[in-house]
Amino acid sequence: MSRMSRRFVLLITIAVLALGVYEGVHRFGRHQAVTAVSNPAPQFSATDINGGSVNTADYKGKVVLVNFWAAWCGPCTEEVPQFIALQKKYQDQGLQVVGVSVDDDPDVLLRFYRKYQMNYPVVPGDLKVADAFGGVLGLPTTFLIGRDSRIHGKHNGAADFSVIEREVVALLHAPQN
Amino acid sequence: MKPGSITPRTLILRLSLLTALLTAMVIASAQGPAKSAATANDVPAASQIQPEELVQAIKSEGAQKPLVLYVGPKAFYTQAHIPGAEFIGPVARPEGMEKLRARAASLSKDGPVVIYCGCCPWDHCPNIRPAFAELRKMGFTRVRVLYLANSFGVNWAEKGFPVAKGE
Repeated sequence: MSRMSRRFVLLITIAVLALGVYEGVHRFGRHQAVTAVSNPAPQFSATDINGGSVNTADYKGKVVLVNFWAAWCGPCTEEVPQFIALQKKYQDQGLQVVGVSVDDDPDVLLRFYRKYQMNYPVVPGDLKVADAFGGVLGLPTTFLIGRDSRIHGKHNGAADFSVIEREVVALLHAPQN
Repeated sequence: MKPGSITPRTLILRLSLLTALLTAMVIASAQGPAKSAATANDVPAASQIQPEELVQAIKSEGAQKPLVLYVGPKAFYTQAHIPGAEFIGPVARPEGMEKLRARAASLSKDGPVVIYCGCCPWDHCPNIRPAFAELRKMGFTRVRVLYLANSFGVNWAEKGFPVAKGE
C-alpha cells in the first residue's frame, strides 16, 4: 500500500470512529431517563389482541419486560423490532416481553402486530395496568421485572437497546434468593 | 520529499483539526437546546411556552390567563392533566381535529391559548404540530405550545407541577 493510500485509510478510519461516537451519543441523547426502582411488580391479568390470556402469575420466576407503547408513536414502533429480537434471543433463558398498547384503534393495532410478526403478547390499552405501574404519562415507557418479581428498571423514552439488553442479561443471571 | 507530498507534521495537524471538528459535532449533538432549536422550524421558539412559565400563567387571573387545551390521548388525560385544561383529543386523528375546530370556533382569536400533548418526545409528537398549524390558520394570534421535551410525565408531573386527575 502506498503512503498516500495508508493516509487515506487512516483518515477514513478516524472519520468512521468519530461518526460512531457521534451516533452513540445521539442515541444516548434520545434515551431520556432510566430510573432504578425495586418495588414489587404489580400483578395483572388481561386479554391480549389475539384473545389469549396474559397473567403475570404465569411469568413467575421469569424476567419480564413490560413495554407501554402505541402504534401511532414513532419512537415506540422503532423499538418493536428490537423487542422482537430480544424475545427471540433470550426467551429460552427466561425472558418474557409483554406489550401494553395505549389508545390504539384495535384494527390498526392488530394490523401492526401481524405486519411485524410480533412474537410476544400485546394487551390493548388498559388504564388499570398503567395505574398498577404507578401511572404511565408518556410513551414509550419500559419496565424491567426480575425473577424475584420486583421492578428493577424503568426507561422513559426511546430505549438504548445496548443498555436494555445489558440489564436483561444481568437480571437473567442474577442469583436467586 | 516529492512535491505535493504531506509531511508527518502536516498530517498530524490535519488529523487534529478533523478530530476537533468531529468532537465539536458530538458535543453539539448532545446538547438539549440544539434539539429544541431544530424543532423550532415547526413551532417557532416564540410560540413555545416552558412549563415554569405556564404554571405562573394559569395562576393568573383575567385576560392574561390562557385557555389550556389538551390535544393528546384520553388515557393520559385521565391519569393526569394540567388543572383546568380542556380535553380535545388526539388531533392527529380526524375526529380530534374536528373537535379542535369546533371548540376554537367559539373562542376569541386574540385570546391567549396554550395547547399541549406530551404523549411522547417533542420531536415525535403527532398531535402538536397539526393543532398549532390549524389554530394559526384559523387566525389565532396568541396560541402557544407547551414545550415538553420528553413527555408530560417526565417534564411536568415528575417535576411536581400541579396535576388533576379524571375526566
